[in-house]
Amino acid sequence: MGRIVLDKVSKSFDKIQVIPPLDLTIEDGEFTVFVGPSGCGKSTLLRMIAGLEDLSAGTIFVDNEDVTQISPSKRGLAMVFQSYALYPHMTVRKNIAFPLRMKKMDQVEIDKRVEAAAKSLNLSDYLERKPGQLSGGQRQRVAIGRAIVRDPLAFLFDEPLSNLDAALRVGMRLEIAEMHKRMNTTMIYVTHDQVEAMTMADKIVVLRAGIIEQIGSPLNLYHKPKNIFVAGFIGSPKMNIFSGPTAEKFNAYYVGIRPEHTTVSMSEGSWKGRVGVAEHLGSDTFIHVHDTGLQDVITVRINGDISVKNGDAIFLTPQIEQIHKFDAQGLRIE
Amino acid sequence: MAHVVKPSKFGAFGRPVLAWVVGLLFFFPIFWMVLTSFKTDADAVKPEYLLFFKPTLENYLNMTQNYDYWRFASNSVITSVFATIFTLFVGIPAAYAMAFNPSRATKDILIWMLSTKMLPAAAVLYPMTFLTKSMGLYDTHFLIIIVLSLINLPIVVWMLFTYFKEIPKDIIEASQMDGVNTWGEIKEILIPLAWGGIVSTALLCFIFCWNEAYWTVRLTTTDAATLSKLIEGNRAPEGLFFGRLSAVSTAAVGPIVVLGWFCQKQLVKGLTFGAVK
Repeated sequence: MGRIVLDKVSKSFDKIQVIPPLDLTIEDGEFTVFVGPSGCGKSTLLRMIAGLEDLSAGTIFVDNEDVTQISPSKRGLAMVFQSYALYPHMTVRKNIAFPLRMKKMDQVEIDKRVEAAAKSLNLSDYLERKPGQLSGGQRQRVAIGRAIVRDPLAFLFDEPLSNLDAALRVGMRLEIAEMHKRMNTTMIYVTHDQVEAMTMADKIVVLRAGIIEQIGSPLNLYHKPKNIFVAGFIGSPKMNIFSGPTAEKFNAYYVGIRPEHTTVSMSEGSWKGRVGVAEHLGSDTFIHVHDTGLQDVITVRINGDISVKNGDAIFLTPQIEQIHKFDAQGLRIE
Repeated sequence: MAHVVKPSKFGAFGRPVLAWVVGLLFFFPIFWMVLTSFKTDADAVKPEYLLFFKPTLENYLNMTQNYDYWRFASNSVITSVFATIFTLFVGIPAAYAMAFNPSRATKDILIWMLSTKMLPAAAVLYPMTFLTKSMGLYDTHFLIIIVLSLINLPIVVWMLFTYFKEIPKDIIEASQMDGVNTWGEIKEILIPLAWGGIVSTALLCFIFCWNEAYWTVRLTTTDAATLSKLIEGNRAPEGLFFGRLSAVSTAAVGPIVVLGWFCQKQLVKGLTFGAVK
C-alpha cells in the first residue's frame, strides 16, 4: 500500500507563504508527476512529503497514518535526489546496502537484496566500485537501487534526470516507467520538463506559485486545460494563445490553438502570414509564422516532407473543433 | 589575444634565492638554539664559539637528571592529547549542527565565538587564579585540559564548520531518508567524508595546546606543569644559562617539529581552510 493524502498542507519561509493550504490525494500504485516552472514549490512539496521540510500547517497521511511529525526514515518512503546524493566513501554495494544496514537487517538478507537490485539495474559488474568511478547514468541507477532495496511504500523522485545528457535521459525515463509497471508502487516524480510529465505520469499535478492549477491525466490536461497557464505549459511546442477580434468571433476573450491543430496551405486559408524560422526535426517541421495580425509569432507543426523557406507567404487554417476558448480571467469556456 | 609571458630573470633565478634567504632567516634562531644546547654555559655567550665549539651533552644530562624533563614532557602529552580529544568531541557536533541545521542565530554565534579570542588573556588572569584555587583545581591535569580545550574550541569549531560546509546537504538528507539517527549521520557520513579536515584540525589543535604558555605557566606549579613551564623555570632562578635554556627549549619544541614535519601536507591544508587541494 502507499496512499498519500495531503490535508490543508502549507509552507511559509519566514513570512513568505510559498505554498498556500493545499489538498491532494495520491492513490496507491499511482505514478504522479508534480510539474511546473522553477520556483513553483514542487520540490518543496515533495520534500514536505519526504519529511525533509517541516510543514507550517496541515497534515500528511501515508496509508491513513498521520506522519506529519514522524522522521523521514520512519515514513516508509524512499527518495532519489537530483544530485544522486550517493555516499562517495562507500562502494556501490555499500551504498545500496546502507538503508538495510541501518535497519539492522540480517547480512544474508542484505546480500540477497543488494544482488537482486543490482541485477535488475545492470549494476552487478560495478558493485565494488566507488561512485566517483561511475558515469552519470550508472550513479543514477545506484541511487534508484538504494531506494528499491528498502521496499518502500512510495518512491519520491526529485528531478532525477536533470543532470543526465539528453539521450540518457530518454533511456532512464523509460526505465523508470517500466520499473513502475513492474513494481506497481506509488511514485511521486518532480520535474520542470512537461515532456517527462506527459510520457510517464498516470496523473499530473500542475503547480504555479505553490497553487495547484490542475490535476488530471496527461491527455486530459492536453485536451482540456482548465486555464491559459496549463494550456501554455502542457504540450510542445507551446499552444498559440491570442485575444482580440479573432477571439471575439469565437465568443471568447482568449483563444488557443495548438501548433499541430493548424492546417497549412500555400494558396488559401483563414490567416495569411510569412514564414520566419523553420525548425526541421526530420519527421516534423515547426514553422514560426510572422505577420498574421494575431500575435507576434504563431507556431505550426507540419509534415517534415513539405518544404518551406524563410520569407514564403503561407496560409493557416485552425481546426475549429480543436480551438480552446478562455474567458477574461483565463479560465476555460466549454 | 593571449600573449606568452617570458619568465623574467628574477622569476627563474631570484625567487628561489629569495625563498632560501627568507627560509634561512626564519630557521636561524632555531638552528642557533640547537647549536647552543650543545655548548657549555660559558661557551654559549662567547661569539667566537658561534659555529665551532666542543660539543657536550652536559645540558641534556643535567636536564633529565636534575629537572625531571620526562615528567614535564608527559604532562604536555597528556594535557595536549586529552584537550584535543575533548575539543573535537564538543566541536564536531557543534560544527555539524551549525553547518547542516543553521538557525538565524548561527552566523552571530560563529562571530561571537571568534570574538572570545579577542579578549586579552591577562584580563581574566586574577579571576581565573582565584576561582581555580578556591575550587581546588589549581595545578591539576583536569584544569589544564579544560582551559586548553576552551581556548581552542572557537578556532576548531570554525575550521570544522568550513570543512563540513563542503559536504553536499543532499548526502546528509539521503542518509536521513535511509534511516540513520543524528549520531549515525556523524559517524557514518560526516566523519568519513570530512576525515582529512578533521585530521588537520586535530593536528593544529594539538600544536596550539602543546605551545600554550600563558595559562600553563600561571595555573600550574609542579603536578600538571608542562614543558612551557620547564622552559620558563630555567630562565628565572639562577640567572640566564643559555646552554641549559637552549637544551630545554630544543627538547620542548623537538617533538612538535617532528610531528609537524611528518604532517606538513595536512597542516598546510588545515591552515588554508581547505583552499589548497
